[in-house]
Amino acid sequence: MPDLVQLTINGKAVSAPKGTLVIEAAKQVGIEIPAFCYYEGYSLQAACRMCLVEVEKMPKLMPGCTLPVAEGMVVHTESPKVVDSRKSMLEFLLTNHPLDCPVCDKGGECELQDMTFRYGLGESRFTDIKQHVDEKQWSPLVYFDAPRCILCYRCVRVCEEGMGVQALGIGKRGVATEIIPNAGDHLECDECGNCVDICPVGALTSGTYRYKSRPWEMNYAGTICTHCSDGCKTTLSVRNGAIIRANNRDRSGINGEFLCAKGRFGYDFVHSPERLQTPLIRKDGKLEPASWSEALSLVAARLSELKSRGAKFGVLGSTHTTNEENYYLQKFARTGLGTSNIDHQRTGDVPALLDALSGHENALATVGDLYTAKSVLVISSDLSQQHPLLAFQLRANYRHNRAAVYTVTPGPVRERDYAARSVVVAPGAELDLLPALADELKKHGNLVIVFGPAIKGGAVHSLVAFGDSLGIPVKYICLVSDSNSRGALDMGLLPDLRPGYQAEAQPGLALPEILAAPDLDALWVVGSNPFETAPLASRDCFVVVQDLFLTETAQAADVVLPSASAYEKSGTVTNTAGEVQRLKPGPKVMGAKSDLEILGLIAKEMGLDLGIWSSDKVFEEIRRTVRGYNVALPVIATGGASPTTPVNGHVPASRPDLIQDSGDTLFTSGTLGRYSNVLKSVMEAPGTLYKP
Amino acid sequence: MENLLQEPHPLETVLISRRFRLENSASLATFLANEGFAGFRKALTMTPDEIIAEVKLSSLRGRGGAGFPAGMKWSFVDRKSPKPKYVVVNADESEPGTCKDRVILQYDPFRLIEGVLIAARAIGSERGWIYIRGEYRYLIEHMNAVIAQAYAAGWLGKDIQGSGMNFDFATQSGAGAYECGEESALLESLEGKRGNPRLKPPFPAQVGAFQCPTVLNNVETYSAAPDVILKGGQYYADLGTPKNGGTRLLCISGHVNRPGVYEVRLGMNMLQAVNALAGGVWKGRKLKAIVPGGSSCPVLKAEECDIPMDYDSLAKAGSMLGSGGMVVLDETTDMVKLLSRIMKFYAHESCGWCIPCREGTTWLKKILARLDDGVGSVSDIDTVDQLAVNMFGHTFCPLGDAAAMPTMAIVRKFRHEFEAKLQSASQAFVPAPGTRSLPIVK
Repeated sequence: MPDLVQLTINGKAVSAPKGTLVIEAAKQVGIEIPAFCYYEGYSLQAACRMCLVEVEKMPKLMPGCTLPVAEGMVVHTESPKVVDSRKSMLEFLLTNHPLDCPVCDKGGECELQDMTFRYGLGESRFTDIKQHVDEKQWSPLVYFDAPRCILCYRCVRVCEEGMGVQALGIGKRGVATEIIPNAGDHLECDECGNCVDICPVGALTSGTYRYKSRPWEMNYAGTICTHCSDGCKTTLSVRNGAIIRANNRDRSGINGEFLCAKGRFGYDFVHSPERLQTPLIRKDGKLEPASWSEALSLVAARLSELKSRGAKFGVLGSTHTTNEENYYLQKFARTGLGTSNIDHQRTGDVPALLDALSGHENALATVGDLYTAKSVLVISSDLSQQHPLLAFQLRANYRHNRAAVYTVTPGPVRERDYAARSVVVAPGAELDLLPALADELKKHGNLVIVFGPAIKGGAVHSLVAFGDSLGIPVKYICLVSDSNSRGALDMGLLPDLRPGYQAEAQPGLALPEILAAPDLDALWVVGSNPFETAPLASRDCFVVVQDLFLTETAQAADVVLPSASAYEKSGTVTNTAGEVQRLKPGPKVMGAKSDLEILGLIAKEMGLDLGIWSSDKVFEEIRRTVRGYNVALPVIATGGASPTTPVNGHVPASRPDLIQDSGDTLFTSGTLGRYSNVLKSVMEAPGTLYKP
Repeated sequence: MENLLQEPHPLETVLISRRFRLENSASLATFLANEGFAGFRKALTMTPDEIIAEVKLSSLRGRGGAGFPAGMKWSFVDRKSPKPKYVVVNADESEPGTCKDRVILQYDPFRLIEGVLIAARAIGSERGWIYIRGEYRYLIEHMNAVIAQAYAAGWLGKDIQGSGMNFDFATQSGAGAYECGEESALLESLEGKRGNPRLKPPFPAQVGAFQCPTVLNNVETYSAAPDVILKGGQYYADLGTPKNGGTRLLCISGHVNRPGVYEVRLGMNMLQAVNALAGGVWKGRKLKAIVPGGSSCPVLKAEECDIPMDYDSLAKAGSMLGSGGMVVLDETTDMVKLLSRIMKFYAHESCGWCIPCREGTTWLKKILARLDDGVGSVSDIDTVDQLAVNMFGHTFCPLGDAAAMPTMAIVRKFRHEFEAKLQSASQAFVPAPGTRSLPIVK
């Protein structure tokens, strides 16, 4: 335990560790010291002066946000002096504030409103002319209204310290002081919108949300972002059945205050005019709209007929669908259709990692571990582009704990700004360099190794052997690309591994072989677009596609079934670190059904007994039967992330040659990104890897 | 540069200014021929602790305005720190009414270099800068030439005069911000950043320029060090009053017959300075008030001015000795206009970092400009006072206090002038047809 200091706040005895700030110590005993510029985890400003408190034996009021506790300190937060000073600060703040609350996006969730309501004067003595500056647009996604700004500098700090971007600065001086983009009149940044989110007032507003709603006119669904595999919580603000905002203002979830451009703005694909809203059936060579009953009975009839004559099936799953859907799909394939020809686009060698870790305890890192680890080694990934939450965690770990970060990548990465060592090597030579780092890595006490898809098969075993040789606790994260890439692997969307990485007795065909099989009779594609890159060899093949959009694959289908996105359904997903989290449905898109419902209806139509297709029921089955998934329900049900317990034993290798990085950047997200006009609209899109 | 100084007044005590009137006073030759670097040579024979003890004994206090004891400041530097230590000179002389540092730089610049070398020796520094306000463009060029000469003659650089001591020194230009005279804002600006003040603690002695321990003093403070060392701390202390050692340069401006820079012992009577040194209030008028040490110091009414000028006596009188910029105001002075002008300055110079200073100075400026035009109500006068009270002691750095202190003093001591202005304006005011007159609320 650190040294405890005893002090008194408003007559309450408080004991807090040495170095604690008075504002935090007060929080511990339920006393609020109001502040705008103080923001936990970011550098101290003492600029807003709202947190001034009276400390006995000190001549002046002291800012509670920068004053560390001291033994015997006596603090008053509600004395007449303090109350008066707060009133005067708010009076000062409102002198040049436009007070346009009725038309301000922030109205109703504005910290300045709340503070004025709680601590402010009833009236202002200010009768002179206010300072006015016109609103500016800094990017398609960020607008700045200077008069509303209270200059708390949170945006500048979250950009510089949190994101490592430094797109924002301070310009002019005195009452004309303004937040300015360092690039002049526009932002050159990650377009993450964290500045918009962290703004306590309506100074920074979101290009996609502004003037669309009042906060109290929306319903909120805290769900998991459906883009990359980091598993950020994003709260969808839904009005009239449509998502009009996504943010994480309540700082819940594994991502705290963080969201990237995709999580915050990249939801617009949901309401793209190109969304499929009715099933399509190929008639006379053309895809024609059809009713759900017509389409489902056609699919069920053809599949039953093909199954009865022992036809050759191919089933391709998705890296964005839920664990339940993936589980149900493989069950459908294996027990319903009797085939192991099932696969998905693999983006990381989790089987090899689990096999290499056979016999290790506690060797899989969570996203949270990246914040607490003493040292982190990143191999072959441009984290700030591909895994922005992990990059954010690393930066925070360095900022707060001075963690030693090492990167070994095929090109320059942003982490080099603070990394203990940032080495650029030719692709394939990553592991050769590690022995040279060994002595340095050993010094730090513990280590998390994060590796990208380039490290696969035998290389993963070599990497784990290297980790073992260090003699310190080492944990691993195998990076995968999409929101449920990990779940697809865990749920056995593989021809040679069943759910929980159990060996398949009779391995089927993998993805390229399915596409290349000249005698394939039926191909069932769920939320994937394999024809974008490879053609289907079989000429006489019944193709069923479930998707949100008429992709290249859907265009070639015999039946297209419109499915719902992750934002429209319930279920669970597993992030790249193997943490399970629960989705909550936000909007509803007319005509689309969840993949699970589609699968369930087809199974029922075919007379197959695959169990009830409710996500809760299927998850129950997963918890019972899939190794590692017996997770604590209360954690997941309350919006938490529960790590899956690893398979501890031999896992057969599963075609590392098929693993491929999706190559997505901050502004691309496979098919979803193609239909997000917002992500395409920013100047930085589509972005490049390894070009910080 | 041509020497424009007159002969010293008999009441002056010339110490810092003793070389000012020599021919070619700014040249290295003149300097060396007149005890130049003698203090530094002596300091080379002393240990750092002895130097600091001598400066402490001299009770030399910071001449920039705050009056912090220099020896204490130097002793706070952790000489054992593995980081480099820096010596920074504050030549951002921006306090309205103050014009003493530029005289030193102009007429005896090597004195400053000598003082800096003594400070460097005391804290074990090998690098320093002089931060000169951007408006002193001519002095930056002048100092660059002086520094080049010092390098050429072996008084700066490696192994100074065979002593084994190294010291590099350079100028850094400010960009026209009053705020950069505040030590931590100066350091930010010196590092090439926006001149906002830093959070204190840590103080510059622990974390200063480029995160390293730093001694930061005013030009005049460093310039006093050579005599402190050469003539001894006790000698210097005895020139002033207890705890207020030595002499200081007094910049007398305003409504006097002989405005100028005068060197006086600390503790000289303020009225004596005005009447004897500056030749009294001009045009045969009576004294109304004195701003004792730059515009941020509360004004003293004529009847309050019969006091000794040292840090403690002025504090007792409710004002400050400040930067030595004394502004004398005659009986015709319009105190409303004066305060309005002062506030225009502070509103323009507020850096904008914290709320009370940023919004308070501008709000005050707007009200005062109105009141000066006779537009407003009596309650505005109370508002002015209350806003200053709300700013005072609540701001991030002393700039807010600097704006609040003269406001409180003037509005309280000369309230009748504010009221009279409103009164006469309302009588003189004839609204144009169709316009609405602003009522005067009692």
